[in-house]
Amino acid sequence: MPVFRARLAALFLAIGALLLAGSASAQTPGYEQALKGFAEDSFSDTDAAITGVAISGHALAARVIGALQDGRLLFDPAEKKIYLREPPGLLDAATGKPVAGDPPAGLKAVRINNRLRRTIDAALGGLSLLGPDPNRRFEAAQSVFKSRDANALVALDVAIGKEAVPRVKKAMLEARAAIVVTKQGATELEQLEAIAVIRERSDLDARALLGGGLPSGLSANVQQAAADAIAAIDQYLARWRMLQNLWYGISLGSVLLLAAIGLAITFGVMGVINMAHGEMVMLGAYTTFVVQEAIRGYAPGMFDYSLAIAIPAAFVVAGLVGIAIERGVIRFLYGRPLETLLATWGISLILQQAVRTMFGPNNREVGTPAFMSGVVDIGGLAITLNRFWIIIFAGIVFVALLAALRYTTLGLHMRAVTQNRRMASAMAINTGRIDALTFGLGSGIAGLAGVALSQIDNVSPNLGQSYIIDSFLVVVFGGVGNLWGTLVGALTLGVANKFLEPYAGAVLGKIALLVLVILFIQKRPRGLFALKGRAVEA
Amino acid sequence: MITRRLLEAPDGRGWIFLGILAAIAIIVPCLNLFAPPDSPFHVTSSTLALWGKYLCFALLALSLDLVWGYCGILSLGHGAFFALGGYAMGMYLMRQIAGRGSYAHPILPDFMMFLNWKELPVYWYGFQYFPYAALMIVLVPGALAFVFGWFAFRSRVTGVYLSIITQALTFALMLGFFRNDFGFGGNNGLTDFYDILGFSVQAPGTRAVLFALSAVALALGYLLAQMIVRSKAGKVLIAVRDAESRTRFLGYKVENYKTFVFTVSACMAGVAGALYVPQVGIINPSEFAPANSIEMVIWVAMGGRGTLIGAALGAVIVNYLKSIFTIGALAPYWLFLLGTIFVLVTIFLPKGVLGLLPKREPRSKRNGAGVASGAAAQPAE
Repeated sequence: MPVFRARLAALFLAIGALLLAGSASAQTPGYEQALKGFAEDSFSDTDAAITGVAISGHALAARVIGALQDGRLLFDPAEKKIYLREPPGLLDAATGKPVAGDPPAGLKAVRINNRLRRTIDAALGGLSLLGPDPNRRFEAAQSVFKSRDANALVALDVAIGKEAVPRVKKAMLEARAAIVVTKQGATELEQLEAIAVIRERSDLDARALLGGGLPSGLSANVQQAAADAIAAIDQYLARWRMLQNLWYGISLGSVLLLAAIGLAITFGVMGVINMAHGEMVMLGAYTTFVVQEAIRGYAPGMFDYSLAIAIPAAFVVAGLVGIAIERGVIRFLYGRPLETLLATWGISLILQQAVRTMFGPNNREVGTPAFMSGVVDIGGLAITLNRFWIIIFAGIVFVALLAALRYTTLGLHMRAVTQNRRMASAMAINTGRIDALTFGLGSGIAGLAGVALSQIDNVSPNLGQSYIIDSFLVVVFGGVGNLWGTLVGALTLGVANKFLEPYAGAVLGKIALLVLVILFIQKRPRGLFALKGRAVEA
Repeated sequence: MITRRLLEAPDGRGWIFLGILAAIAIIVPCLNLFAPPDSPFHVTSSTLALWGKYLCFALLALSLDLVWGYCGILSLGHGAFFALGGYAMGMYLMRQIAGRGSYAHPILPDFMMFLNWKELPVYWYGFQYFPYAALMIVLVPGALAFVFGWFAFRSRVTGVYLSIITQALTFALMLGFFRNDFGFGGNNGLTDFYDILGFSVQAPGTRAVLFALSAVALALGYLLAQMIVRSKAGKVLIAVRDAESRTRFLGYKVENYKTFVFTVSACMAGVAGALYVPQVGIINPSEFAPANSIEMVIWVAMGGRGTLIGAALGAVIVNYLKSIFTIGALAPYWLFLLGTIFVLVTIFLPKGVLGLLPKREPRSKRNGAGVASGAAAQPAE
């Protein structure tokens, strides 16, 4: 008996669908006719009524069936009229108009049972498939793909016939394939075609369907096709995963590059071990915070430009602090690198504590401008926009720094002092001033790194500490005194880190990387791109 | 022979130092145990524990001074050796709990029960025996230092590069020990100890003995270090510190000397860590933090690099200040003070506190004291 009813329902659906496909104008009479079924107070009539309402395509259809699902669909046994109870009051289901005056007496809710609930679900799914909004249709198709409810097949076929948006149509075809491949009684040819469609989909859901969702008792051909499809999908997914890892790695590399490039100037060019470098990064991040607070307070409309203002501000703040450190402490310690290391470590403690005293020990909230928030999906790649902009920013900073060293007078003087301090001095270059400016430049760039890091990391007094060891490793790995080495070092370490992570976990991956770098330094004590010549061996 | 060598090693100042240490080792525990609590001479148990900790730090500083002050190896990872020694001791103490933990398992420590481990990891075997644990306390840090030094010094990683990779070493170890599946208690480390060699760790008598032992260990460490730096090898070490390439050109195997002194120093640091753990009652991965290792360097610099006694003195001074400044209203200022010490000592006190004392003429030239102290007075890169 239930089987017979289901067949009956399917038949009604099919007939209705034909009508629907044939003429769009013939909708409303069918709706009112079907609606009357609800008043008969029998499950089988209600079942037919649901199907009838659903395929009528009437504007009220979804609301009527939704109300039935929630027990809000009422009928008047005497008048055989149907009403909807919605939050404002009672509506006439046939017209959608509110009922004037007192509600008629003796209203009863239309009863439903479990079998009807399934019919309702299928009808609602079918209605969404036919709805006016392409995104809703797409979502409905996706949910059918996951539920693989055979009841939705007819509605799906109707919808595929009408669908004009390619993306939605593709989703619907995939959903149809998912139903065909799992339902009983499909021919082998149909199943093979369906598997081909699912194979094209190539995502985790498709893999899950082919891997575990198939019914038993498929023919050898179909099973073989499914296995092939799984292999193809796995290969495809692995390729995207690789790209995703590469993206994460480049993203991490760009962060390392930003943090390390200032160090490459102070350590690489000047030979000064600045353990307070991380604190310059932190100062940059806090400058961003202060700038944003000021903008929130005085010009909230400018918020999207806050980073543009913070970038020069952070450069100046960190740069000036750097110059002060160089003039105040480091210049007394030239030629004593280990002492410099200790003194700058002391400075880093003082700076950390100063920031902690001023801003408190907790993380500060730094906002993200609208254009930097969000994710863009490209194929299987998820690209977060803030990371994307940080990569761009790191590239710009790198190129700008290269250009500054290459084409400006200051850059020329810096290179001269690095290569031969006494000769430069003899050529009337004020080496002390150049030292201060070089250190200021390196620190200022650390400040820029702070602006970028404020977007992806916690802004706390300990921000710099977490980057200092990594930064030193990048510089040492890449080779001291060579900006290109720093670039290669940062990207290599970033990518290697992200490729090790899936195999070893985040912490073990990090440890493995540290060990690898330690071993590498044993092999090439002067890094990847070592400066050649005797000057290196002091 | 070795005893004679050891006893010949200290100079005048050294004997004063040893005398003070001996006095401390005897008098302080006695004042703690036997002076009535209301007497002005009574030393409270917490003071005793605190100063016991200082003595361990002094031994650690001494070991660091041996490599940095006399061989120019600035290790920013000595905390790792200290912590490894501490963990070896901690493992012994954990095995002594045996069945008295919350889970009352006869063998497995509580944290392993908590992680649902079924059996003891192989590297925990044998730690229930004190002699084995004592061997490991020296051997594990020593082996790590030997392997690390073997590679690093052989490939001539020097100066700042070496400092940075030692820092990376301790950082990597810290990350590892923070993990639960490393089998060392993860974040919480090893704690809640009961017995050491059958005596309760908490008992006043045990604490007094541990204090005295720390003082003795410091004295022995000093004698050993002094013997090394006074020996012929010690002079080579100083030569390496002052002009590594020149020493190599003269035909010395610089890397062997460096590896030797680095390993000895790591063993001493391990012993310091092992004495530290029962006195403070806990060892956890934060001991591996790179910041700790850098702080150790400032103890040495503060007291006077290349003087041994100064290193011990510096450790006590800085940690005493730390005890004062990290409690109560002064707490926010500790890092300011510590940072200022770093800056001022490096700029204005390159010879440390000992450098402020009037220079004493060595009593005899017999042991080459003049050369050693003369060279030590001007540590160069």
